[in-house]
Amino acid sequence: MKEEFRILSTTAILGYGFPVASFEEGMKRNPHLIAVDAGSTDPGPYYLGAGVSFTDRDAVKRDLELMIKAGVERGIPVVIGTAGGSGGQPHLEWNKQIIEEIAKEQNLHFKLALIHAEIPHEDVKKALKEGRIHALEPGVEGAGLTEEDIDATSRIVAQMGIDPFIAAHKGGAQVILAGRAYDPAVFSALAVEQGYDMGLATHLGKILECAAICATPGSGSDCMFGYIGKDYFRVEPLSPVRKCTTVSVAAHTLYEKTNPYILPGPGGHLDLTGTSFEQDTETTVKVRGSKFIPGQQYAIKLEGAKRIGFRTVSIAGTRDPVMMSQIDNIIQAVKDRVADNFSGKNLKYYLNFTVYGRDGVMAALEPLRNEPKAHEFGIIIEAVADTQAQADTICASARSTMLHYGYEGRRATAGNLAFPYSPSDFHAGEVYVFSIYHLMDVQDPAAPFAIDYVQL
Amino acid sequence: MKTKLTDLAGIIRSKNSGPYELTMDIIFNDYESFEKVRGAKVINEELVGKLYNITPDQIVGIVEFEPAKAIKITIRRPLCSGDLGETDVYGAQQHAPLLGLEFDL
Repeated sequence: MKEEFRILSTTAILGYGFPVASFEEGMKRNPHLIAVDAGSTDPGPYYLGAGVSFTDRDAVKRDLELMIKAGVERGIPVVIGTAGGSGGQPHLEWNKQIIEEIAKEQNLHFKLALIHAEIPHEDVKKALKEGRIHALEPGVEGAGLTEEDIDATSRIVAQMGIDPFIAAHKGGAQVILAGRAYDPAVFSALAVEQGYDMGLATHLGKILECAAICATPGSGSDCMFGYIGKDYFRVEPLSPVRKCTTVSVAAHTLYEKTNPYILPGPGGHLDLTGTSFEQDTETTVKVRGSKFIPGQQYAIKLEGAKRIGFRTVSIAGTRDPVMMSQIDNIIQAVKDRVADNFSGKNLKYYLNFTVYGRDGVMAALEPLRNEPKAHEFGIIIEAVADTQAQADTICASARSTMLHYGYEGRRATAGNLAFPYSPSDFHAGEVYVFSIYHLMDVQDPAAPFAIDYVQL
Repeated sequence: MKTKLTDLAGIIRSKNSGPYELTMDIIFNDYESFEKVRGAKVINEELVGKLYNITPDQIVGIVEFEPAKAIKITIRRPLCSGDLGETDVYGAQQHAPLLGLEFDL
């Protein structure tokens, strides 16, 4: 075991960018690993289901060019987790093509490992039959999933832990491109392979996966450097404008987590009840005491999305206080008219009105819903149906009905809505929802994640 | 005299914690403020229920995290992120009711 294992994390999400000066500072510290997380479920189910990246291709290429060139020239492993944002097969292919382009254009030759994370539907159904599927949705007992739900799902990925990364590294890969991965594993796997503590490595990985977000001032588009020793790790920002403080690093542990002391992941959980944060130098923080507690059964998280139809939206506003005072009645009347108009057509659709200025942001959680103070409302009319044409029909019908609806006390008989655009209606395309968010027990943590090697 | 939460806490934010939960972080400016609010137990289930118009079973937890001088509130999302009827896919704009809080400390 080296005295310290050094990790350069380039940016919070691949494609968000980083200053070249910070990257060069990182390279001066002779990292043993250059790594980046590319994924998030934050942008919602569409990107997973449709097989599309939420980050921009040219921006991803720019970040990877710098990382791969530096890594290959100096023989430092480069690891990318959750390719294309969601880590399914099309996302992995998309990112692989970018890497192939870089290799060709920069005349770089190296061994690339691709770790697949898309799980065949049949495997999930088999696991369901064997009682190896557990719901993560609070309040749902058991699997809370049927074979039909699985069949209806467009794409299923699983979050890999450290084992597939270690296997790819042992397989001689210079660059590892992984599908859906537990974010910290991208950073921790090689350190654990070298014998460093799993709890410390995982906690460091949790911090590094968001790069400079844990510094003050924080940034999602700057580098961060991590050092892991026998019984501690340290984090260091690479831009002179940033510092890590005990509070900035500890506060990051809260981010997007339910309980900051117990952080579940593949194969167990990270326990931070005994963690201490110490100001090491003026800009670096030293952390000790984070523990990894293995679970009784190794489980991986499944994420799946299914297509439920197509969406058309119309954007409008009203500045009329009479109309605003009756907005609920008007919306109901428009829904009734549309339903009546298409009754007997066997048309299944969802029609919704979001009213900005009242509860457009917080919906059911809005405490001020019944006392809006706005002098105007923004209204989004949204129709979802089985086909785009049907969604168009419902949206257009609701829009024209609302425009001319004769509500009680109306003065403005020429039209009820202000449209900012012509055309007034827009295709929002395919609509996906999360249909699987479950744990699956597995015997071998690496087996679900096949690895291919490509010599570039 | 009432003390405003915004005078004690420099960071008040919300975000998804997975697609089924929303989590709100209140990070205090200093340990004195954190201890004062923690000691007074003013951020509790009853308050959260009132602020978000939800019943206690919708509250996942209220956790004090001393290393960051922070109090974290986690509630169930009214909808799984991205389901029909969604208004905030990332959950990043659900913190606002906390901004108006005032306490007798």
